[in-house]
Amino acid sequence: MDTQITNTLAGYDVERVRADFPILSRTVHERKGKPGKSLVYLDSAASAQKPRQVIDAMTRFLEEDYSNIHRGVHFLSQTATDQFEEARRKVARFLNAPSERNIVFTRSATEAVNLVAHSYGRTFLSEGDEIIVSVMEHHANIVPWQLLQMDKGIRIRVVPVDEHGVLDLNAYEDLLSDRTKLVAMTHCSNVLGTVTPARIIARMAHERGVPVLFDGSQAAVHGVVDVQDIDADFYIMTGHKLYGPTGTGVLYGKVDLLKKMPPYQGGGDMIESVSFEGTTFKAPPARFEAGTPAITEVIGLGVALDYMEKLGREAIAAHEHDLLQYATQQLSQIDGLRVYGTAPGKGPIISFTLEGVHPHDLGTIVDQYGVAVRVGRHCAEPLMERFGVGATARASFALYNTRAEADALVESVIAVKEFFGA
Amino acid sequence: MMDELRELYQEVILDHGKNPRNFRHPDDANREAKGENPMCGDRFMVYLKLKDGIVEDVAFQGRGCAISTASASMMTEVIKGKTEAEAKALFETFHDLCTKDDHDHGHHGPVDEDAMERLMVLSGVRQFPVRVKCATLAWHAMNAAIEGEDKASSE
Repeated sequence: MDTQITNTLAGYDVERVRADFPILSRTVHERKGKPGKSLVYLDSAASAQKPRQVIDAMTRFLEEDYSNIHRGVHFLSQTATDQFEEARRKVARFLNAPSERNIVFTRSATEAVNLVAHSYGRTFLSEGDEIIVSVMEHHANIVPWQLLQMDKGIRIRVVPVDEHGVLDLNAYEDLLSDRTKLVAMTHCSNVLGTVTPARIIARMAHERGVPVLFDGSQAAVHGVVDVQDIDADFYIMTGHKLYGPTGTGVLYGKVDLLKKMPPYQGGGDMIESVSFEGTTFKAPPARFEAGTPAITEVIGLGVALDYMEKLGREAIAAHEHDLLQYATQQLSQIDGLRVYGTAPGKGPIISFTLEGVHPHDLGTIVDQYGVAVRVGRHCAEPLMERFGVGATARASFALYNTRAEADALVESVIAVKEFFGA
Repeated sequence: MMDELRELYQEVILDHGKNPRNFRHPDDANREAKGENPMCGDRFMVYLKLKDGIVEDVAFQGRGCAISTASASMMTEVIKGKTEAEAKALFETFHDLCTKDDHDHGHHGPVDEDAMERLMVLSGVRQFPVRVKCATLAWHAMNAAIEGEDKASSE
């Protein structure tokens, strides 16, 4: 009864949504003579499952329209190019970018950060310059800057968070100086769920003429992102967390910045003309898309964004917020369970530890109940150090999860506790 | 609770996981190596006192899951008093126990059969391939320490 009511919260029919995701109806851990457990997938922050619409669109494209793009005058090449470029327009609309010229496709969010570090960083930063990041960055938004540090002798400054995981804006203000040349900050922590105040972060940096890059790998999944409203200079997201395929990353950049950046990789599709006397490059975004891209996958990503828009991104966010609150409340009743990240307005990500039980053991045991959670350091080692914890378990909620699945998580964690007598 | 889990988390393992033996830093240790699993952040230091080719003392410190802690603890019990060659043979044989079916186990020189008998409780990890790293973490560090290296990563 209860689940029925909440599952249709504000007209959001989660059972219909689930029917779109073939994998959600499978069971796991089938053993000889024993039925498996229903899959309870709470690891979407690592990678989200794909709806039938995306799978079908990619299959259809491969069966009917596949060809290379941006070259060739034949029919299929034109058809494939049109669909690929339509996906670029969809991404632009998804982020409310002024134009599709702002949208560069990469293989991943990681590659997008590396692109900026390599192209913008190596061109415009020099020894003694500083980049500001936060302590809750994913390694993908730390290590590319460290490579730049090794190369250029720049300095990386780190904004701390308080015990709730709220970004310390005063410390950020103190770190901003004439030496600051770039701010590279998560828009939503993949561990704590903390959503950072992007508009304020950008405004404070812009007052000093400093451009800002946001890692929106999580934020773009769980809320409405408007890059113009935030006034982001660069905004990054990854397709596979947006219910699209792997191999698709997005770099949004302001056109004036992209225009003055040199190519990141050289090859086909990014040049105007090539000769051994000298080669000229295309304008962005083509300048940054050397080689044949993940054509089928990018088209699949476009369909995934359509899917989210059709459900309504605010409706998705409301559904996920309900799950977050419900699951947090239920988990918090377990004695010895500690949640990391309690910032107001956080995303639907719950990192936790259970006293006396290592997260790795917890992950193995809840998995036997069909519950898939992430355990470990979540590619955010500095943040783990900040909270003095070696590893955590992380449950993350997506547009297809239910309160019943939150209950399954809680039950399996209670079973872990009993198992270890913790 | 499922059979496979009982198989993995046997009472002996839970006991060693909670109350690890030789969980200390011996003053007279003359070899040490770090074992680290980058995936989960588990980190052990294994300390050896080697004298005339004999492991006179072995101990460890650090943080890890029940499996890695229990395995480290049991390792210290079975390695103590062994020659370097015997300790290395135990490592290789134990590694096979965690990763291969019985008939694929190699011969790594004479091993202490009683020790292997006791270590059998850890063979449950074979059903959980991602946990093999946990079970072998401290062993890799011990092996590195014998070889005079200061660091081992669980492969």
